[in-house]
Amino acid sequence: MMKQESVILLFLGIFFGLMAGVYWFWGHEDGGGVMLVGALFLGLLPGLYYFWWYRRSGGNRPEDRDDATIADGAGVVDSFPSTSIWPFVLGMGCFTMVLALVFGTWLAVPGVALILSALIGATAESRRGGTV
Amino acid sequence: MTDLIERPTTSTPDEGGPSSVDHGHHDDHGEHHGPSGILKWLTSTDHKVIGINYTVTSIVMMVIGGAFAEVIRAQLVSPTSTLVTLQQYNQLFTMHGSVMIYLFVGPFAFAGLANYLVPLQVGAPDMAFPRLNALSYWLYLTGSLTMILGFFVSGGPAAFGWVGYAPLTSAINAPGAGADLWIGALMLTGFSAIFSGVNLIATIFYLRAPGMTLFRMPIFTWNMLVTGILILLAFPVLTAGLIMLYCDRHFGTHIFEVQGGGVPLLWQHIFWFWGHPEVYILALPFFGMVTEIIPVFSKKPLFGYKGMVFATLTIAALSLGVWAHHMFTTGAVLLPFFSIMSLLIAVPTGIKIFNWIGTMWGGKLHFSTAMLMAIGFVATFLIGGITGIYLASPPLDFFTHDTYFVIAHFHSVVMALTMGAFAGIYFWFPKITGKMLHEGWGKWQFWTLFIGTQVFTLPGYLVGLHGMPRRMAVYPNNPSWQTLNQWESVGALLIGISTLLFVVNVVASYRKPIVAGDNPWDASALEWFTSSPPPHHNFTSLPPIRSERPVWDYNHPDAPALGHGHHEPAATAAEKVEA
Ligand code: HEM
Ligand SMILES: [Cu+2]
Repeated sequence: MMKQESVILLFLGIFFGLMAGVYWFWGHEDGGGVMLVGALFLGLLPGLYYFWWYRRSGGNRPEDRDDATIADGAGVVDSFPSTSIWPFVLGMGCFTMVLALVFGTWLAVPGVALILSALIGATAESRRGGTV
Repeated sequence: MTDLIERPTTSTPDEGGPSSVDHGHHDDHGEHHGPSGILKWLTSTDHKVIGINYTVTSIVMMVIGGAFAEVIRAQLVSPTSTLVTLQQYNQLFTMHGSVMIYLFVGPFAFAGLANYLVPLQVGAPDMAFPRLNALSYWLYLTGSLTMILGFFVSGGPAAFGWVGYAPLTSAINAPGAGADLWIGALMLTGFSAIFSGVNLIATIFYLRAPGMTLFRMPIFTWNMLVTGILILLAFPVLTAGLIMLYCDRHFGTHIFEVQGGGVPLLWQHIFWFWGHPEVYILALPFFGMVTEIIPVFSKKPLFGYKGMVFATLTIAALSLGVWAHHMFTTGAVLLPFFSIMSLLIAVPTGIKIFNWIGTMWGGKLHFSTAMLMAIGFVATFLIGGITGIYLASPPLDFFTHDTYFVIAHFHSVVMALTMGAFAGIYFWFPKITGKMLHEGWGKWQFWTLFIGTQVFTLPGYLVGLHGMPRRMAVYPNNPSWQTLNQWESVGALLIGISTLLFVVNVVASYRKPIVAGDNPWDASALEWFTSSPPPHHNFTSLPPIRSERPVWDYNHPDAPALGHGHHEPAATAAEKVEA
């Protein structure tokens, strides 16, 4: 499983690496070179992780097999939240923090309060709700 | 509240078929006794609700950004117009560009329809991280409010252009709160985009239905996967740049300021390292939508499925190596490298256009509004793409940089994307609402939009070649530019009218609803298998997935195998609407 997924990411990472090499030695410009090396790792790290995972698990998910039937995937997919207020609270917290950057540090007080309550609330919600 | 979701089991042809949703097997579908009203909107983590929220908000942003554009065009009707002051003009084009790019096309493309469609197309019950998905929307909405808030603070909104070049953004040159609000808005929407990217990738990697191998995914979903990867590569760079900019403005660092040893040009490198991949983050979703639509209305399978996938991956790979084609005239970048890389991108893009034409070739074409918008997209994007090849050549760019030639070039592109957006809306509106949009109004909308776009952009290329610079509120020394400018404004007016026609159409479709049914276009991807609109958690049954067109295979068991000959399906709901 996950073989093609990892190959896509590895291909992109290696391509960015090649570009980084050419650019660095031809262009002598650090900013772009550094960003391209960063892109190399953003391809390689998840790509290698997925590849390792594929090697370890033998690669046989129903969604990776041409001949899998819908019944092969029977069973629980996962547990999904159906409603939650905490994303909204967290969003308002981030909004308040950004307004604090513009209009004054005092806004960080309600901002941090909103963010903390959202983090606690969301964690508790996951604990209560099923198999997550 | 949390639901444990089981996979639907397959449904066989004699078991009731696609519309068997309401006698489903699981009681956790359908009725949800959760919150209602405003609380439902605030607490929903359903990708369909979030997708609709995104789509509606982004269209509101399109109307706001469009209103700014109309004021800009009104100002430019005469060389010495005094409709707005010079500083107001600077604010208008900055807000027009910023609203359109950061708040309209992007969110519409990678979080509006994509949110709605990707889980459906891979046969998943929701996005992989539903609460993160909801957070994305709230960051986007508050980011949009932050941007607009600029109009209500003293000094007004940011006025340094949507690209915010240093040193225009320094604390001395842009002292007001408007500039900081612009930075804050971009941080919020930037994180929103990153979270959407994470969700898209995780959903596509982990939640596909059995048999839905990567190379059976609809091309729209493929494009959203690559878009998600590009988002993760590009957006963190922009966010980092914004943090540096904020530090320069408030904490006394000198990263982008010459005094103190900083490098203003570094901002351009950082901005465009995000900015050019962003062009493809904006475009790939629309490429995907059009690729879904053209085969359906040509009554043929897509020509060159694998070619499309590899073209998309190649575009993604190359798009990280072209950023400095926006900086040719700085005299400080490696011209041949960026020119060659930019020209190379034309190859996979050309493959796509070839495949779209190949799909239509010999097909039984049906010119619904969605199809017209898709063809309008291809034609207009082609104009933008070809003039882009000119601009990728440094000597030509030296001549046209920062003139209306560039404005016309990228408006050919973004207006094409706007047509792609409407193609998607007309195509999926029946799935999302259960109702059809009216084809008559739709065709009026298409022709005003298409003709308006060309009347607006084509004179721009000419006046640019005559030397008219962008970002000019008045041109008293060059009265000869006036006629072409007036044509451009006529085009802008037509585009404005087309938007009104769309609003009329939506209202009309609610006044006199035409019921759509599950699959009004006789389309082939999984979203057309479930009901319109789909139930909570999407599917109660799934067809066997044996090709990239599972719903077609299911509905046409006797049709010749994929890729051969023409099919003669029964009249679809769409054809009935027009009859
Ligand atoms: C009714 C349709 C539109 C009209 C009439 C229009 C008109 C204009 C004009 C005249 C300018 C140049 C202003 C100047 O340089 O003085 C401009 C700039 C710009 N437009 Fe549009 N536009 C339209 C739609 C769009 C769309 C759909 C997008 C993006 C999705 C967009 C993105 C931009 C951007 C990024 C700029 C550059 C702003 C800057 O220089 O900082 N426009 N538009
Ligand atoms: Cu570019």
